[in-house]
Amino acid sequence: MALLKAGGRWASSVCDTEVIVVKGPEDEVSLTCGGVDMVAAGSDPVSGEFDDSGDGTQLGKRYVDDDDTIEVLCTKPGAGSLGANGNALQLKDAKPLPASD
Amino acid sequence: MLLEMAAGGFGDRVAVGSLDGGLTVKQIFDHAGVAAQRFRSANVENVAMIDITSPSLPICLFGASWAGLPFVPLNYRLTNQELDALLERISPAVALMQPETQERISDTLEVHSVTRDELVASNDPEIEISTDWNMDGEDTAILLFTSGTTGEPKAAVLRQRHLVSYILGSVEFMSAGEEEAALISVPPYHIAGIAATLSNLYAGRRVVQLPEFDAGKWVELVRSESVTSAMVVPTMLSRIVDYLVSEGPDSQGLPTLRALSYGGGKMPQPTIETALELLPDTNFVNAYGLTETSSTVALLGPEEHREAFSSSDESVRRRISSVGRPLPAIEVSIRDEEGNELPSDESGEIWVKGEQVSGEYKGLQLTLTEDGWFPTHDGGWLDEEGYLFVTGRIDDVIVKGGQNISPGEIEEVLLQHSAVADVAAIGVPDQQWGEKIVAAIVLHEAQEVDEGELKDSVKEQLRSNRTPDEIVFLDELPYNETGKLLRRVLKEQLVNLGDGSTV
Repeated sequence: MALLKAGGRWASSVCDTEVIVVKGPEDEVSLTCGGVDMVAAGSDPVSGEFDDSGDGTQLGKRYVDDDDTIEVLCTKPGAGSLGANGNALQLKDAKPLPASD
Repeated sequence: MLLEMAAGGFGDRVAVGSLDGGLTVKQIFDHAGVAAQRFRSANVENVAMIDITSPSLPICLFGASWAGLPFVPLNYRLTNQELDALLERISPAVALMQPETQERISDTLEVHSVTRDELVASNDPEIEISTDWNMDGEDTAILLFTSGTTGEPKAAVLRQRHLVSYILGSVEFMSAGEEEAALISVPPYHIAGIAATLSNLYAGRRVVQLPEFDAGKWVELVRSESVTSAMVVPTMLSRIVDYLVSEGPDSQGLPTLRALSYGGGKMPQPTIETALELLPDTNFVNAYGLTETSSTVALLGPEEHREAFSSSDESVRRRISSVGRPLPAIEVSIRDEEGNELPSDESGEIWVKGEQVSGEYKGLQLTLTEDGWFPTHDGGWLDEEGYLFVTGRIDDVIVKGGQNISPGEIEEVLLQHSAVADVAAIGVPDQQWGEKIVAAIVLHEAQEVDEGELKDSVKEQLRSNRTPDEIVFLDELPYNETGKLLRRVLKEQLVNLGDGSTV
């Protein structure tokens, strides 16, 4: 369990996936990739059994939970899929704004 | 981080330049890595740029961030003394500049130089690129000296977290098609020039650069490079409109241009209306933002332009002169002089809040309120649907007989007159009223107009205390090179004029 602060970077313990937190709730969250806890980017991975049943992560895509309290952005793709507190995170539909600059 | 993602996602796309001969995202990434190494070993505190825009801009910008050093773009048109004064504040520094610029700088300053070519030179295999980049969101990414239209330039601080929040909040990764290209004609020392460099790279959109704006060259580049989007300041758009009109009925227009965004100052209504007519297939976006807010905080999109343009409802139609609604990650509030929130349709100071908002100046106290609001010093109001109308800098407000009068509304009325090319309403000291309203008017070529007629047009549309006390005809108004009206300079001119001395 850890506090997801906006701008915080997290790395998968079981694949290449890295994410940056866009939005996090006030309570601590168990953020996982491939079913195993993610770790603060740069720290040592933790051990666990890699669940590779999902679609993995895609570079530049945003992932959210059902309540829309968590949003992370994939900065490095990998084979593991993201989860929070045991529930899978979903790919967020992009609604691009018109380019302003 | 943004560049690393782009290099991983679409490294082979051309990032800057022509489709053949331009630099790819991967090349920018590699060059930036070498530049970072160079900047680190120079043992400096800042990476400056005193140069026109070029492919070396993104290399220098990302190289500085990679090395954890602030990127400080300076206006190359400043006088030697002004440049030295700013460099004094940021040295020791390394600066991207050409040899002729280096000659202008005092050699007592600790400023090392690197040229455009040196940053894009083929990589020396001896230099080992360190992937150990700095990832601290608190690092200063950009120091940007504000244009100093009122006194000593202040250095706005934008940290990595502000810029990353802006990009993540307003751009989708790789959302641009491979055929898209953006034309950047604002200089690197303007926040829009920096924001455009970052957001287009992140979107995967090729960038075409025009170093020194010229309407003919701009139109030529849109056509030859099949440019699909561009950002311009109001003076640029009015010159582009004039240029297209001068091409006559046989003008081929700008068929590839899908989107044109404008901002950085008040757009005269006749200019935008002519532009909408001349470019029926182009989507117009009006963006409002400040250096201190990491560029755009509100925008009026293409649909809203069309809706306002074709509406018969005056409350919808007037939105053409609004800056639209706040970005999803931004809150806007209108406050009175005591900081109390005002209801819709009431004018006050525009306050903004959001992760991208910095409100910080180097060496000065943070200007954010305790709960994170940034008072912009811009005056404005929100309509019932949340559309934001900007009336101008609060410091420009004319105080006549105890009444606050915004110059913007007077200028808008006068600009509707077909003979008037440009106008500024200025408060000039007056014994009786404290300030009197002087309208400085530039007429279109070979046009004449009666003073009384102009005063009457204001009297008909606005409250009577808005009527200009004096009308002064000038050949031109003073602007800085990014199209910002220098009201302080104009005010001095008008005050001197009143003394009977020459302008």
